[in-house]
Amino acid sequence: MSMINYASREINCKLVYYGPGLGGKTTNLEFVYNKVAPTARGKMISLATETERTLFFDFLPVDLGTIRGFKVKFHLYTVPGQVYYNASRKLILKGVDGVVFVADSQLERMEANVEAMQNLYDNMAQHGYDLTKIPFAVQYNKRDLPNAAPIAELQAALNPGWPVEDPSRHRLIPDPDHPGEYLVWQQDGQWIERAPHFEAVAATGEGVFDTLKAISKAVVKTLG
Amino acid sequence: MTGASSWSFREEDSRRIEGILKGFLGESSARTALIVDRTGQLVATIGQPVAFDPTAFASLTAADFSANDQLARMLGEPEFGALFHQGEKESMYLADIARRVILVVLFDNATTLGLVKLRVRSAVQELSQVFNDMFSRPETGAGAPQVESAFLGEAEDEIDKLFGS
Repeated sequence: MSMINYASREINCKLVYYGPGLGGKTTNLEFVYNKVAPTARGKMISLATETERTLFFDFLPVDLGTIRGFKVKFHLYTVPGQVYYNASRKLILKGVDGVVFVADSQLERMEANVEAMQNLYDNMAQHGYDLTKIPFAVQYNKRDLPNAAPIAELQAALNPGWPVEDPSRHRLIPDPDHPGEYLVWQQDGQWIERAPHFEAVAATGEGVFDTLKAISKAVVKTLG
Repeated sequence: MTGASSWSFREEDSRRIEGILKGFLGESSARTALIVDRTGQLVATIGQPVAFDPTAFASLTAADFSANDQLARMLGEPEFGALFHQGEKESMYLADIARRVILVVLFDNATTLGLVKLRVRSAVQELSQVFNDMFSRPETGAGAPQVESAFLGEAEDEIDKLFGS
């Protein structure tokens, strides 16, 4: 729910990084914090345990500047990855404008990824939101690790796609980030759409801004 | 409903809220009143300017209120309509407005919790009316403010610049 404040001429958009524990959500935000111009970012807040596990959320406001008379800001949030913090995970999704699912590519984390994705769909539905109708991207993190699962396998498990009901979208839409692949395509007579995906090594920053750029552009499009 | 609904805050809304809150601050001798929406965004600040980062403050306020809402439900209460945090010199009082926004009142030893609570009641009622009107009006069609058509292209350019193209 982007809020357009015509009195203070501000537009605020809420982006939430979701995913399994230790998948790299906080690392994504830390990299953004360290790399973005200091004038464009606010204070980063982490409500974490003593062992630096996210307890409630991390928060980082990023200022896009003034566009056509409006100050545009992105509010980046992470949720706690650990399952037993589900109550706080759900709260953070309130009013979300765009979601990034940060998956841990390691083979042994496959089950945790699938569980977190299911949990994301459930929590969105409980707020009355449909994940297939709002800006959504999937980031496959930790691509540098030797035990990283192949992308095709991760896509099949986490981002297989959903049926496209709107006939006006029944056309091939190429994936701009992966030549030869599609975001909307036909399979066995059924039109399927899936979320754009990005490979990342959040610890070195690889893929972090590609993901952020894609989700923030998708969110800005919803304002028009 | 597919996603969270958008809403807008117009200049006339700002004037109505400012009028209500200026009256409240005068009567209660509180320093500052902030309006924060439940998703953590700052909507308005009235009274003395604050010395802290208002954006961070707003996100923490919304989280605080939401967490307490869940605690209320665990106790079998539909909600805690108000919260109070007491400091040695500075205190804050938070009240729910129309289930969509939170009024945060900052006050010091120049006043008392009793006076703030007494005076906040009518301010909450008036603000609830303003916000109920705001959320029930249509956001499409003639009369609804819009961003300019060139906005999207320029926003994309800025995103490329800020996050690297």
